[in-house]
Amino acid sequence: MSQSTKLPLYITLATFVLAFVLCAAQYPAMASTRVVANLLTDNAFLGITAVGMTFVILSGGIDLSVGSVIAFTGVFLAVILRDTSIHPLVAFALVLLITTGFGAAMGGIIHYLEMPPFIVTLAGMFLMRGLAYVLSTESVPITHEFYDWLQSLYWKAPGGGRFRLTGALMLLTYVAAMIVLHRTRFGQNVYAIGGSAQTAQLMGVPRARTTIGIYAVSGGLAGLAGIVYTLYTSAGYSLATVGVELDAIAAVVIGGTLLSGGSGFVAGTFFGILIMGLIQTYIVFDGTLSSWWTKIVIGGLLFAFIMLQKGLGWATTARIRLLTASDARS
Amino acid sequence: MMKSTLKRVMPQIIILALVLAANFLVFRGFFHVEFQHGRLFGNLIDVLNRGAPTALLATGMTLVIATRGIDLSVGAVMAIAGAVAASAVVGGAHWTLAVLLALAAGAACGLWNGVLVAIFRIQPIVATLVLMVAGRGIGQLLTEGAILTFNDPGLIRLGAGTIAAVPTPIWIWIAVACVVGLVIRRSALGLLIEAVGINQTSSRLAGINARVLLIAVYLVSGLCAALAGVIVAADIKGADANNAGLWMELDAILAVVIGGNSLLGGRFSITASLLGALIIQGVNSLILLSGMPVEFNLVIKALIIIAILVIQSPRVRHSLYLLRASTGPVLRERPKPAPRTPQEEGQS
Repeated sequence: MSQSTKLPLYITLATFVLAFVLCAAQYPAMASTRVVANLLTDNAFLGITAVGMTFVILSGGIDLSVGSVIAFTGVFLAVILRDTSIHPLVAFALVLLITTGFGAAMGGIIHYLEMPPFIVTLAGMFLMRGLAYVLSTESVPITHEFYDWLQSLYWKAPGGGRFRLTGALMLLTYVAAMIVLHRTRFGQNVYAIGGSAQTAQLMGVPRARTTIGIYAVSGGLAGLAGIVYTLYTSAGYSLATVGVELDAIAAVVIGGTLLSGGSGFVAGTFFGILIMGLIQTYIVFDGTLSSWWTKIVIGGLLFAFIMLQKGLGWATTARIRLLTASDARS
Repeated sequence: MMKSTLKRVMPQIIILALVLAANFLVFRGFFHVEFQHGRLFGNLIDVLNRGAPTALLATGMTLVIATRGIDLSVGAVMAIAGAVAASAVVGGAHWTLAVLLALAAGAACGLWNGVLVAIFRIQPIVATLVLMVAGRGIGQLLTEGAILTFNDPGLIRLGAGTIAAVPTPIWIWIAVACVVGLVIRRSALGLLIEAVGINQTSSRLAGINARVLLIAVYLVSGLCAALAGVIVAADIKGADANNAGLWMELDAILAVVIGGNSLLGGRFSITASLLGALIIQGVNSLILLSGMPVEFNLVIKALIIIAILVIQSPRVRHSLYLLRASTGPVLRERPKPAPRTPQEEGQS
């Protein structure tokens, strides 16, 4: 059984390694620490978002609001740093509080009003994007010495690669998420609800608390991703990160998490993000391929992994049927 | 029959009337329609005209949602169809051929979604997500990333022209809605679709060919999306694969939800969805006419969805039902509610 739940993870890992080796064979420069460091820096905000999305999808839900939350966070930080003199760290805490609360509110609506997560988070997506517009329709630059200091933090690896703070933050998020999912009661509850909400409730899993917690985690991590995004671009723009929720969902699926919930790993999501980043890097290296190939290849990968999940599901049920049939005979 | 339909769409008609009245309050000339240069002009005509893509998408989306599915790819299909039509016309094809090719592309997309959902049994959100992500890329591939402009008068007429003084898009969406509505409601198809949406397994056991029905439903949605894509492309005289139909899938789903159709499948009303599409367009027009910053558009939309969600929520409905049942005269017409537990007592 554990074999079949971990298999998608291994396949994702193998796909990444194979793709990286193929890329490196074609362009030897790709195997440098620079490329690896940039892979982490460029995908840090998406990676953090995808962690939250993994929680939500593991529980059998979906969160369409994350892209808007990132944009809102960016605009909120930019406006608050421009108009007031509060320290960025206080602003960070404030915005994380808002986004976590927003996620928790969506979780509450989903649980208490028994509405599909899809439509509730769709409303949340409109709301957050709208609030970002209301704050400012123009791109607001962020200039603060604290920001400059944060951006100047990096560890220069041999070979010239610069591992920046945001990449480290992403790795830290993944480690924390793994600990929460596999070593805490809350993590077990997430898997239980994703497996079967009804069974989970009968077994005494606190559904209300867990559902609210899951969406709060997703909202809060989207807020964190928004902070990382402002560090990456030094600006807040209400039209930024449109469609990031789809990239995050795609990364989670490519990472081998079942969209029906209950089975999957954060580590898979990490490699899903790296695969998507690798496609983009390859297109940049190639130079002749156009950017829209990214979308097509990601769509194709998405399809391949969904079919893989289906195939594994069929294989498992067929084996169980076979086993029960042979039990009946003996 | 007629009376029950009217009763079903009454809430939507009331909301639409309120939205239109609000439009009138902020702009007194709202209902003024005049005849100029051989076509009708006026804000009311504009609402009907601009609402065409959403209305078309909502028609297909209603059927998909009635089977307990969802079609996220309609926006991307619009982009593909627009790109196909534009590149065909630019390549020298007659505009009717271009439209047919665009429809064929839409049908192919719908077929792809339908096969994934019906044969491979992938959840609809996921199955259509593939095309939503990849579709825009395919559209850009067709137009080579540029906005492909064209000058074919036949094709442009579909988006910007008029037939009998009424803008063509209005004719198209009304015609499509009538055809789909008649085919669905004058035959048993509508009933079968509802059966599949309520319980796929039992409907299959009852002898309904659920697979073919599911594929057909996604096919219709793809065709509707292709038509909408052609109209949008014809309106701007160009195919913009990057922006054509962007976020239209959300508007279409919103229209269906405002139409009071449950996202959990089952009973549906195309008329109500179309009214929903007009309500969305009415709200858009209200925001423009009132001079409110356009930025508020999304916030207002979000608040509308939240309000509708709360009203539609099973929990709230149940409490309302209990409230009504406990206040007297209605009690005689309705079956007796189940004995109330102390918990429910607290809610009502």
